[in-house]
Amino acid sequence: MSFKILDPTNEAVPVTRQVTPRPEKLTGRLAFLDISKPRGNVLLDRLQEALEQRLPQIEITRYTKPTFSKPAPDALRVEIQRDNDFVIEALAD
Amino acid sequence: MSEDTTTYDSTSGGALEASGDDITAQLAAPSFKLSNLHGDTVTRTGDRPSVLCFIKEDCPTCIAVLPVLSALHNSLAEHIDVYLIGQTADGNQRMTEQYDLPFSLLDDSTLHVSYASNIEIVPTLMVTEADNQISDALVGFQRDEWQTLLQNVAGRLGTAGPTLDWDRLPLWRPGCGSLSVDPTHADRLRAEAEDSPIRARNIEIGQLDDPFEFMFDQGFTDGLPVVPPTAERVLRMLAGTRREAQEVVAVMPPNMGEVTVEKAAINAVMAGCKPEYLPVVLALVEAICTDDFNIHGVMATTMGASPVAVVNGPIRERIGMNMGIGALGQGNRANATIGRAVRLIVRNVGGATPGGTERSTLGSPLKFTMCFAEWEERSNWDPLHVERGFEREDSVVTVWAMSSGPSLIIDQESLDGDQLAGTMGKTMETIFNHKAYSHTNTLLVIPPEHVDTFARSGYTKADIRERIQTVTRRDIQDLVADETAGVGIKPELAEKMAAGAPGLQLSKFAKPEDVHIVVAGSEAGKFTGCFHGWVAGPKGSIPVSRKIEEV
Repeated sequence: MSFKILDPTNEAVPVTRQVTPRPEKLTGRLAFLDISKPRGNVLLDRLQEALEQRLPQIEITRYTKPTFSKPAPDALRVEIQRDNDFVIEALAD
Repeated sequence: MSEDTTTYDSTSGGALEASGDDITAQLAAPSFKLSNLHGDTVTRTGDRPSVLCFIKEDCPTCIAVLPVLSALHNSLAEHIDVYLIGQTADGNQRMTEQYDLPFSLLDDSTLHVSYASNIEIVPTLMVTEADNQISDALVGFQRDEWQTLLQNVAGRLGTAGPTLDWDRLPLWRPGCGSLSVDPTHADRLRAEAEDSPIRARNIEIGQLDDPFEFMFDQGFTDGLPVVPPTAERVLRMLAGTRREAQEVVAVMPPNMGEVTVEKAAINAVMAGCKPEYLPVVLALVEAICTDDFNIHGVMATTMGASPVAVVNGPIRERIGMNMGIGALGQGNRANATIGRAVRLIVRNVGGATPGGTERSTLGSPLKFTMCFAEWEERSNWDPLHVERGFEREDSVVTVWAMSSGPSLIIDQESLDGDQLAGTMGKTMETIFNHKAYSHTNTLLVIPPEHVDTFARSGYTKADIRERIQTVTRRDIQDLVADETAGVGIKPELAEKMAAGAPGLQLSKFAKPEDVHIVVAGSEAGKFTGCFHGWVAGPKGSIPVSRKIEEV
């Protein structure tokens, strides 16, 4: 006789997500998200300088998570998604 | 045949002597597909009159009625459906061979049909009508009753009754307990029944697979073996709470898995919990799945925080928790398994696994389990849960996100409260690092000998907190990063802060309440345990208390 156990997991089937197609060229609106880790702003400052020199056609907007220790609030995610074409998120430390 | 399987005790007497009406109301006429001894499937749908009898081989009364069943088969089986059902496959075979039975016993060795029919005693004889109502039933054997019943059936069918020398049969024999109510099988049958509270997916483990190895392979464990969560064990675990099995206790990040009471019970079985621990596990799950506690961040942080739980109130004694010698260590089942169960739920239902969304750089032994009880009676202080607004009689669990500990604060010399709390403060200055001020919180586990030192000075918990804040107070300039160590407040920020508040000083903790205090440990030893917090407050984690269900 076989031995049966009960599934201890949430039994959810993970959704397979497609990676958004990568464009040939970076244009449009770009969100910079600082997750509030120390020196995340330093990283983003340098990156912004570099990108603005090389890619004058993009428009960068800076966003900040209230705390790195929790997921971004829904409102912030909606705002970033609504107003931007790309996101760069900085971890740092 | 073993005598001790025969039910002679007074508890079964009621059923044996109950009137026919009582028995018919108690029983249920089953629909089934069962195999007979030839391997043929026999189906009963319940839309024709029938006679059924349940027996088992190791019941002397069942053996005694075999001649009756043979006569019943020979005289009535042509006129009415007769189902003679045995409860063990081997027993059916042996009875047939030994007593040369003229009928082929049906195999109910899974006991599903016996269970569904509410059979408590064998033999049970029942007569059913075309509408599947039970019109007559007998349990055990009383000769005149069996004779009357079978003659009545024969009379209604217009045929002769069983040909049998009734005088050779005993006058009366009590029945035996049905295997379907035997504790060895009852939990499994309840789990497999249609009205079972179990909804989780069954996972079948191959005959050649070792269940323990299988569960390691599936990633269900914390790296230590777990108890296989069979339906029987989970049912027994569910008896530890009054809550419905499918009630959602919490939605747990990162995968937002629904922690039902059943899923919590499954993981509690795996962790090694007793059913009476389940209410603590459920309260803890509720506590960590709050926005205040932030289990998502606690698991995801590279710093490696973990839930540390303290239990207060009467349940400590009831479930045998350790608050004395070695309370924070191994050896006590409740302490060890409650924390482990919650951690397994975080892994299996929440989906936080090391290397996945659990990103701790080093990990920590705290991540296996950390739960203990406060020795409330060993000090004159209000215990933790009373400080936090609960009644002393309430059972409560409180949980913190702690990044390390217990590290020891060793003080075998101080003779009064000022000195001892001074040692504590100065030792804790280096939590995180020596310049990390107002960042975190702490849980101090004070052992009896240190409690006594404080008691001699009339020291309250508030006094300890105040003293710690006083001895750790430092000028803001002392907390600035320097050549010795790169950590600390940035000079420009320190200047800005000082400009607004000349002579500004900071204490180690943002507020005295960030020093949490409980009593535990053995009578001997002047070592206070100090847990170091994580990011304290709304930006990280706030300790949460939950009242534990009274069962």
